[in-house]
Amino acid sequence: MSIMVKVEEKLYQNRYIVDESRPHIQIRNADVCKSCDSQACTVCCPAACYSRNETGGVTLVTDGCLECGTCRVVCQDKGNIAWDYPRGGYGISYKFG
Amino acid sequence: MVEKFDAIVIGAGPSGNAATYTLAKQGLKVLQLERGEYPGAKNVQGGIMYSHELEKIIPDFRDDCPTERHIIEQRVWLLGDDSYVGTNYRSEGFNTDAPNRYTIIRANIDKWWAERIRKVGGLQICETTVTELIRDASGRVTGVRTDREGGEIHADVVIMADGVNALLAKRAGMQAEAAPENVALAVKEILFIDPELIQQRFGIKEEEGVVIEIMGKVTKGMVGTAFLYTNKESLTIGIGCLISDFKTGSCPPYRMLEDLKNHPVIKPLIEGAEMKEYAAHMIPEGGYKAVPQLYGDGWMVVGDAAHFNNAAHREGSNLAMASGRMAAETVIGLHQAGRPYSAANLAAYKKKLDDSFIMKDLKKYRELPGIMHGNKQFFGAYPDEITAAAHNWFTVDSVDKKSKEKEIMKSFIKRRSVMGLVGDAIKLVRAVR
Ligand SMILES: Cc1cc2nc3c(=O)[nH]c(=O)nc-3n(C[C@H](O)[C@H](O)[C@H](O)COP(=O)(O)OP(=O)(O)OC[C@H]3O[C@@H](n4cnc5c(N)ncnc54)[C@H](O)[C@@H]3O)c2cc1C
Ligand code: SF4
Ligand code: SF4
Repeated sequence: MSIMVKVEEKLYQNRYIVDESRPHIQIRNADVCKSCDSQACTVCCPAACYSRNETGGVTLVTDGCLECGTCRVVCQDKGNIAWDYPRGGYGISYKFG
Repeated sequence: MVEKFDAIVIGAGPSGNAATYTLAKQGLKVLQLERGEYPGAKNVQGGIMYSHELEKIIPDFRDDCPTERHIIEQRVWLLGDDSYVGTNYRSEGFNTDAPNRYTIIRANIDKWWAERIRKVGGLQICETTVTELIRDASGRVTGVRTDREGGEIHADVVIMADGVNALLAKRAGMQAEAAPENVALAVKEILFIDPELIQQRFGIKEEEGVVIEIMGKVTKGMVGTAFLYTNKESLTIGIGCLISDFKTGSCPPYRMLEDLKNHPVIKPLIEGAEMKEYAAHMIPEGGYKAVPQLYGDGWMVVGDAAHFNNAAHREGSNLAMASGRMAAETVIGLHQAGRPYSAANLAAYKKKLDDSFIMKDLKKYRELPGIMHGNKQFFGAYPDEITAAAHNWFTVDSVDKKSKEKEIMKSFIKRRSVMGLVGDAIKLVRAVR
C-alpha cells in the first residue's frame, strides 16, 4: 500500500546553508557505479541524493543531503564514495532535530 | 603563538556537553568545537530525555531546561495492516516534582547546554569542523586541525564526542567503518498541531506526555521500529531500520515514513498537523561487540562515536552523557595528580565504563545481534513491563502453533497480519533469550 511520496516536498521544509559548488560528497569513479549490482545508495539515501541515470550509472546531487552517513556505510565494500562533512556552519541546519 | 588548552572536546551533543561542562566546572581550560551553525544544528533525537544522568551533572536542570512534556504513559504497539495490538502503562505516579523522562526537541536542549557551559567558563565554538587529529612522532594526540584559517589548536588531551559517523577516529585508524548491520538509519518529522488536540487525542493534561513505541508491518519485514511522541505543540513521528536491511530492500526510508503516517491507526492521531522539518540520522546498534578502542595516548572517545547505545532499551543520550562525564572525571583526576594523559593512565576511563551501567548493559545484550533494534520497544523504561511483554511473545512461540493461531485470530482480523506479527514475535524472542 505504498503511497507515492515526493521527498523534495519534505526537504523543502528544511533549512540549508548552501556552500555553492563545494559538494562534500563525491562519487570517486562513475564506471564503478555502472557495474554496481545493487546501486543501494539510490534506495537507502533518505534525501534521494542518488538517482539512476540514463547511462546505467548513478548521479549524485548533494543539495538535500542530511549528512547522515548512510551512503558511505552502504558503499563501503566498493569504497566508491568520498565522504566528508561540509565546512563548518554549512549544510543542513536543523531547527528542531 | 599557538594557543593551548587543557582539553579539547569535539562535538556539542550530550556526550561532548557533559564532558565540557564537567571539565569547565572543575576549572580546567577547555575548548569545545562544533561544526553546526549553532549547537543542535546537526543533531537528531526522538526524543526522550532521561533525567537521571543529567541530574548527576546538573542537579538543578529543571530550573531552566526547555523540556516538552514529562511522560506519564508509555504505549507499545504492534501494527498489522490496519490494526494494532499493544500494551499501555500509565501512572499518576509519574506526575511528580522530579519526573524521570521527558519528551524534548533536541535543538532546544543543545542550545540550553551551551548556555550552561558558558556559565561555568567553558568555551564553545560553533561553525568549526575538525578535519583531523594532530599526533606527534610517537602517535600521541596533541591537538586538532580545523577548517578555519590557521586552524591548528593544541591541548593536553582530546575527547572525541563527534557522534555516530566518528570520522576522526576512522581517519586516524582508531576504529573501522561500521558494518551496515551494526547501524540503523532513522528518519523523522516534526508535526505542529494545536496543543488542545494533542491533549484530547492522547487523553492527557497540559505538561503530560504520551510516547508510543511501534513495530510490526510498517517496517516491511525489516528489523526496525517506529515512534510517535507528544511534545508541547507538536508531535514527533519517526521510523528506523538497520542499514543492512535498507540495503537489500526496495523501500526508501522516506516512503516507509509516509506509509507509517498513513497507517489507519496512526493517521487519526496526526490528522491536521503541519510538517515543519524532515530529519535523518544514524544510530549505532551493534552493541558490545561493536565498541571500538576507547582511549589511547592523549585521546578518548565517548557517546555515539564509541558506539554506546543500548538499542534494546532505546537509550542513547544517557549513555552519551554518562560516558562524557566519566571521560572528564578521568581527565580531572590525572590533572589534579599532575600525571600525564598516557594510554596507561587513561585506561582509568575504561575501568569507569566497565564498572557502570554502560558496559554492564551492553555486555548483557552482547548476543543480541543487529536484531537489537527490533527489541527496543519491548525494553522501554519499565523492566516489569518488559519481561511481561517478552513472555507473551515467547508463549506465542513455544506453544503449538495451531491452537495459538486460533487464540490470536480472535483478536486480529486478518490472517496475514497475524502471521506477520507472529513472525516478528519469533524474531524478538530469538534475540532476547
Ligand atoms: C531518530 C533518533 C531517535 C533517538 N531517540 C532517542 C531517545 O528517545 N532517547 C535517547 O536517549 N536517545 C535517543 N537517540 C540517540 C541519541 O540521540 C544519541 O545517542 C546521542 O545524541 C549521542 O550523543 P553524542 O553526543 O555522542 O553524539 P551527537 O549527539 O551526534 O553529537 C555529535 C556532535 O558532534 C558534532 N561533530 C561531528 N563531527 C564533528 C567534527 N568533525 N567537528 C566538529 N563537530 C563535529 C556534530 O555536529 C554533533 O553536534 C535517538 C537517535 C535518533 C537518530
Ligand atoms: S553503492 Fe557505491 S558503487 Fe554502487 S552505485 Fe552507489 S555509489 Fe556507486
Ligand atoms: S549522507 Fe545521508 S543524506 Fe547525504 S547523500 Fe549520504 S545517504 Fe544521502
